[in-house]
This record gives sequence, C-alpha cells and structure tokens, in this order.
Amino acid sequence: MATDAPTRPAPPEQIRAVPVRHPGRWVAAAVITVLVAMFVHMLATNPVFQWQFMVDNMFSPPVLRGARTTLLMTVLAMVLGVLLGVVLAVMRLSPNPVVSGAAWVYVWFFRAIPRIVLLFFVANLGALYATYELGFPFDRQLMDLFGFSGDLRFLGLNGNQIFTGFTAGLLGLALSEGAYMAEIVRAGIQSVDPGQAEAASALGMNRSTTLRRIVLPQAMRVIIPPTGNETIAMLKDTSLLIAVPVTTELNFQLRAIGSRTFQIIPMAVASILWYAALASVLMLGQYFLEKRFSRGFGVRETRAQRAARRAREVGGSQ
Amino acid sequence: MSTDAAGGAGRAMVRAEAVHKRFGHVEVLKGIDLEVAPREVMCVIGPSGSGKSTFLRCINHLEKIDAGRLWVDGNLVGYREQGGKLHELPERAVAAQRRDIGMVFQRFHLFPHMTALENVVEAPMRVKGLAKDAARARGAELLERVGLGDRVHNYPNQLSGGQQQRVAIARALAMEPKLMLFDEPTSALDPELVGEVLDVMRGLAADGMTMVVVTHEMGFAREVGDTLVFMDDGVVVEAGDPRQVLSDPQHERTRGFLSKVL
Repeated sequence: MATDAPTRPAPPEQIRAVPVRHPGRWVAAAVITVLVAMFVHMLATNPVFQWQFMVDNMFSPPVLRGARTTLLMTVLAMVLGVLLGVVLAVMRLSPNPVVSGAAWVYVWFFRAIPRIVLLFFVANLGALYATYELGFPFDRQLMDLFGFSGDLRFLGLNGNQIFTGFTAGLLGLALSEGAYMAEIVRAGIQSVDPGQAEAASALGMNRSTTLRRIVLPQAMRVIIPPTGNETIAMLKDTSLLIAVPVTTELNFQLRAIGSRTFQIIPMAVASILWYAALASVLMLGQYFLEKRFSRGFGVRETRAQRAARRAREVGGSQ
Repeated sequence: MSTDAAGGAGRAMVRAEAVHKRFGHVEVLKGIDLEVAPREVMCVIGPSGSGKSTFLRCINHLEKIDAGRLWVDGNLVGYREQGGKLHELPERAVAAQRRDIGMVFQRFHLFPHMTALENVVEAPMRVKGLAKDAARARGAELLERVGLGDRVHNYPNQLSGGQQQRVAIARALAMEPKLMLFDEPTSALDPELVGEVLDVMRGLAADGMTMVVVTHEMGFAREVGDTLVFMDDGVVVEAGDPRQVLSDPQHERTRGFLSKVL
C-alpha cells in the first residue's frame, strides 16, 4: 500500500474496538441449553415412551396403508379444492351480481362451518334422501301441471353408498377447502396489475385466454405460499375424518394400535412423527413450486440464457 | 348518413365523428372529429387531462364511447349498426377488431413471467393459432428488427426501460396490425433511452405504418408526424402540419401550451 501514488494519503489504521457485550443473550442461551438437556433426558429415561415398541409398530402394514390414504386424501381434496376455489374466485369477480353473490354466500357458509361438523353432516346425507337423482328441476311438479305422470330423471345414486367413507370425507374436505382457496385465488388475481389484462385484450386475447395465460400465472406467486399452508393444514385435517368415519386413515390406525396394546403415548408420538415427516415433504414441494413461479421476478439467469451465454463464450473463443 | 362504411373514396383508417366520453360526471371528450388516412402518422399533444390518452384508448375500445361514432378501417368500433340501432359487439368480435390494432403503453405492460420472445409469440400463437416454430421465427425476426436480437431469452426485468418498450412494440407488430396506437411511449423512460424507442418508431413510419402517437416529443412530431393535433379540455383545438402548428400556432391555448413545453 505504501507504493501508492504520493497524492493519496496512507489509509488510517484499521479499527480494533472492543465489541459490545450482550450478557442477556448468554443467559438466555444457557437457559435454553439446560431446558433442551432436560427434555432430551426425559425422552431417554422415561420408560413410558417405549421407543422400541414405537419403532416396531409405526411402520406396520395398516399404518402404511393409513399413510397412503392420508396422503391420497390430502392431494385429492386439495386438487378439487383448488379447482373449486378458482371457479369461485372468478365467479366472485364477475360483474353479474347473482353470480358473484352466490360465490360470496358459498365462501361465507363453508368458512363458517367447522370441518369436523361438516364431515359429520356429509357422512349422514344418506339419511336425508335414500337416493340422489339427477334430472330436470321440478320435473314431477311440471309433469303434473301439464297433465302427465312420471318424472324426468336419468341418474340415481344410493345416498347410503356415496356419502360414506372415503367419498364422504373427500367431498366434505374439498367443499370446505374450496371456500378458503376462493379467497386466496381472488387475492392473487387482484394482485396482478390491471395493465396486464389490458395489454392482453389490446392484443386481441379473449377473457379466458387472458386469465389462463397472463393473469393466473402471475397470480400464482401470491397464491402459492398460502396454498402451501392450506395443503399442510389439509394433511393435518385428514385426522378429522374420524367424524365420517374413515378408518383407513393414518391417525386412526396409530391410535387403534395404541388402544389395543394400551401403549397410548408411544403411538401418539408415532403419530406426531408421521405428520411432521409428511408435512416436511409437502413444505419441500412448496419450495420448488415457489421457485418455478418466480420466473421473471428475480434477476437469476435462466437455463436458456445460461445456454445462450455459454454458446456465445464458446463461439467467441474460437 | 351511411350505416357501416364510412365515406367513399380514400377511406380513412380512423374516423371519429363527435366522439364523447364521460367518466362519471366528468366529460373527458367533448366531441372529437378526426380522420387518419392510411400510412399517415398523427401525433397528438396536449396538457395532461386533455383527453388525448382516453381518445387513443377509445380507438381500440378499451374505453366505450358515450356518443358519436368511431370507425377503424371502415368498421364501427365496438358496435354494429342494424336497423338504425346500435348493438354492442360480443367480446369475441371486439377481440377480433383489436387484433388489427396494435397498442403500445406508457408503462410497457410486458408480461413479466415470459421472456422477450415469449411475449412476442404469445398472441400470434394463442389468438391467431400460428404454429410454434413459425411464430418463434417471426418473433425473433421482429426482435432483431427492434435491435434486440441478442435479448430474446431475457425476462422483462432484465431489460432496460427502452429495451422493454422496444419488445412491447415488437409484441404489437407480431399481430401484423394495420394501425398502431402509441400512448406516451417514451414518457416513462430515462432521457437517454428515449432515442432508441423513437428510432424504432421512425423506422415503422418510414415503412408506411399508420400510427396515432400521443406524445410529448415535439422533435419527433415535427420530424416524423404528418399531422399534429393539439387537444385541450376534451376538444381538438388545432390540427395541421406539425411544422406549421409548432412554429405558428393559430390558437391562444396552443401558444400557451407550446410556450411551456418547447
């Protein structure tokens, strides 16, 4: 540094100051360390945990089937819920007051109902009507009015068969999820600059193409983080399927083993570990989805750009 | 008055007759009468709030007019006249009309989740149904033409304002419009980036594109414009040859405005 031009003064001596001490932080760290040590000690020494028993039983075939049911239910309920949510969100933003009002009422109702209550109700819809039929509205009344007898129905389903087990649980969870997703999707759509839709329509795109190609992909950035939360909540809420009941579900199976063997705590811990593990996998999936839909919003070089740059570099060196 | 076809010989690309537009109680356009001939470049100037951008947006029906008539290439914009009554056109027909009218916005409005090339090929593929390869070849050609041949894979946020606006022009050109509308295309740009966008527009004008340009660039208006329109308070105050209007304005309001901006 001494060889610098004479016009520039030598840099001043580097500061070596005594840093500020933080005794409070040290105390807090010590307290936490002790608490963690106590917790680990408890896990290791309390015989009620029965670790070996837990490990032996938490991967038994019925439990694995239960995990599969829980995951399948989570995925299907979320897929249906997201689709329903998109439809409801678009309805909510419709200029037609009947359409947007219907969506509002739906969201209000299903957000107000606890899922366990809804599941119990759906599971017992078979008691409301024995058969559920698709046909012309008010067909019998209209046929009577015009002097005919009979009806106009083309599909009948046995209520006691459809509103039971897996389908009842899926229906209840998906209907409920649709209401939450509707609000999330609406917030996402409204977060997109109106100029985007305007630019699309100036290019001659119709409303549905604009929504699909321009607005929704940008709304995804806002939609995905809360949807990740919803998915994790859904995973946990599959344990509410006991209200239907769906007996092949994960928590039910683990508890069944617990009550059968009187080893309640080991199986409860097994349940905790299972849900924590499955939720972690979902969180990882969310991370990758967020990365995918942040295209064009960071300054990261994309794959195509990197390829182009490498091609240029190779081309330039020849 | 003729029903659909506006005028006979030398049909105007844009023809406005007594166009009125209100936002609530505010009358933004108070009767605009204008004609833009094919291959003409019309520059529109005026103070902010004079209605010039609103008029531009009426031309491709982004705003509905409240009274008067507006034709583009002989077709009534946004309506169909039948039996002496106006019928609103359905969304599909309005979209079809807009296909032939390119628009460039002050704030670019590029699609941020798409690369420059994807921005340019989106409408030709989704609206015109052009095959992917053909659309991409044409898109790359257009980006080359606006001087961005080496930026095709960049996302908008990796481009400067001037580059983004040039992509936006290429995007509009990809639909092969017969009319281009520019809504203050250089107003959101840093001063040193204005030139590159004006150069592209100058090229377009030289190629015979019909253009309506709302602008504050008096140099561009003087040099490239065939007509200069001065709007104030929702009316056309003065229109004519740009050199004439800029150097010898006939109206007091025009003189007042020009003395502030020149």
